[in-house]
Amino acid sequence: MNIFDIVGPVMVGPSSSHTAGAVKIGNACRKLLGEEIKTAEIYLHGSFAATGKGHGTDRALVAGLLGLSVDDERIPDSFAWAKEKGLEFHFHTISLGEDAHPNSAKIVMCGVSGKTMEAVGASLGGGRIVIDEIDGHRVNFSGEFPTVIIHNLDQPGHVAEVTSMLQHKSINIATMQLYRTGRGGHAIMVIECDQEVPANSLEWLAKLEGVEKVGYYSPK
Amino acid sequence: MYTSLEDIIAQCKKTSLPFWKVVQLEDCQESDITEEASFEKMKSIYQAMKESDENYDATLRSASGMVGTDAEKLRQYQANNRMFCGGFSSKVMVRALRVAESNACMRRIVAAPTAGSCGVMPAVLITVQEARGLSDDEMTRALYVASGIGGVIAARASLAGAEGGCQAEIGSASAMAAGAAVYLSGGDETAMASACAIALSNLMGLVCDPVAGLVEVPCVKRNVIGAMNAISSADLALAGILSRIPPDEVIDAMKSVGHMMAPQLRETGQGGLAATPTGQRLAQELMENE
Repeated sequence: MNIFDIVGPVMVGPSSSHTAGAVKIGNACRKLLGEEIKTAEIYLHGSFAATGKGHGTDRALVAGLLGLSVDDERIPDSFAWAKEKGLEFHFHTISLGEDAHPNSAKIVMCGVSGKTMEAVGASLGGGRIVIDEIDGHRVNFSGEFPTVIIHNLDQPGHVAEVTSMLQHKSINIATMQLYRTGRGGHAIMVIECDQEVPANSLEWLAKLEGVEKVGYYSPK
Repeated sequence: MYTSLEDIIAQCKKTSLPFWKVVQLEDCQESDITEEASFEKMKSIYQAMKESDENYDATLRSASGMVGTDAEKLRQYQANNRMFCGGFSSKVMVRALRVAESNACMRRIVAAPTAGSCGVMPAVLITVQEARGLSDDEMTRALYVASGIGGVIAARASLAGAEGGCQAEIGSASAMAAGAAVYLSGGDETAMASACAIALSNLMGLVCDPVAGLVEVPCVKRNVIGAMNAISSADLALAGILSRIPPDEVIDAMKSVGHMMAPQLRETGQGGLAATPTGQRLAQELMENE
C-alpha cells in the first residue's frame, strides 16, 4: 500500500471492490490469456452474484475483459462496446464453495486463436484483487507485480531453467509459488518479479521441452 | 507509510520540513519514485477530483434508481439564500452530494479513501480553493497531508466499512479532509492532527448499513455530514481547541469500536437502515428485478 492507494485510485464508481476490483479481474484474465477474447462465460459468486448488478460488477468485468482501465468512462456502456468488438459473453450464478472470497468470479474464456483458459479471481477491497485459480490449479497472486505463469510437466530442472533465465536478464524474483496435480503430473509455477520480463524470454520459455504453456501478466 | 501521527509530527520538528513534505518523502523512498513524479501524480489526482465535481450530470440515476438528482435539488434551494448552512457551507454540501451521486451513477471519481466516501474530500478542498483563491500546487500539498492522515488510519485501524463500519470510510475521509483544511488555512502540524482527531471522534461508532448492499442509501447523504464535520472540526482546531485525547489514541479507539461492532453493522446489509422494513422491501424489489 502507498499514499496513492489512500487518495486514489481514480476510478469509475460506485464501489472499489465491486466495480474497480471487477475491472481488474477482467483485465488480469485478458492479460493471462494473452490475446483478444472471443467468448467468455462469467460465473458470479457470493456478493458479486447478490449485489453485482446494482454495483455494475457485470459491466465492470466485461470492461476489464475488453482491456478498459478502472477509470475508463466507457465502463457503464461495456456491453455495447463488447458487441462492437465481437466479444460474446454470458453471465451465470455459481457457488464456488465456503472457502471462496465473497467477491469472486470465475471466467472461462476462449481467445481469437482458439486458446482457452479459466481463472478465478477475487476482489479483496480497495480495488486490490487476487487470482486464486488458473485452469483448475490453486494459485495466489495479486497482479501488482509482473507475473510469469508457467505450466509444465512435473519433472526435474524446470525451476532451474526459469530462474536462471530470470537471473540472466537481471530480473529479481519477489515471490515464487509451485503447485502440482501430483507427482509426475502437471505443475504450475507462478513467479512475481520486480522487473518486466521481455517478450522474447517468454517465447524462449514456451519452447522448452516439458513446458506446456506460458502466461504473463504485466500490471502496466 | 507512517503508522503514527506523532511520528510524522516528530519528523517535522526534527527536519524542519512541513507535514506534507514529510509524508511525500517517505512515500518516494518506499515507492522508489522521484519527488517530481510523485507531485505530478498527486496533482493529476486533484485534477480528477475537480473533474468529478464539474462532470456531475443532474439527469442521471443509479442502476437501482435509489439515488441521483438530489445535488441539483439542493443547488436550486441554495439559490434562494434560505439555507441554514449558508455561504461556504452550502457549497460544501452541494459538492459532497454531486460527487457522491456521480459515484453511484458510475461516473469517474477519486476514491478518497474509498469510493463510497469520495464526496467528502472534493467538497471540502475545492470549496476552500475557491473561497481562498489557492493554486493547484497548494491543493496538491493538501492532498499529501490528507494521504498522510489516511495512511496512519489505514495502518492503525481500517479504511474499509466491512472491517470498521462507516466510521472507517466517511469518518476517515472526514478526518483527512479536516487535516487538509487546517493546512490550507495555515494551521500547524498539531492543529492538523487535532482536527483529524476531532473529526474521527465525532463520527466514532458510525455503522455501515447500506440498503440492498449498494453504495447509495445512506452513503450518498453521509458524504454531506462527513464534509460538514470536516470543516467544523478544522475550525475548532484552527481556533486552538485541541483534542483532549491524543490523535493516535483516537484512531486506536476507532479500531477497537470497529471490532466491537456486530457483523450486521459492517457492510453486510443486515443491520441499521438496511434492516428496516422499507430497507428490506427495497432490497427484495431489486433482487426480483435482477
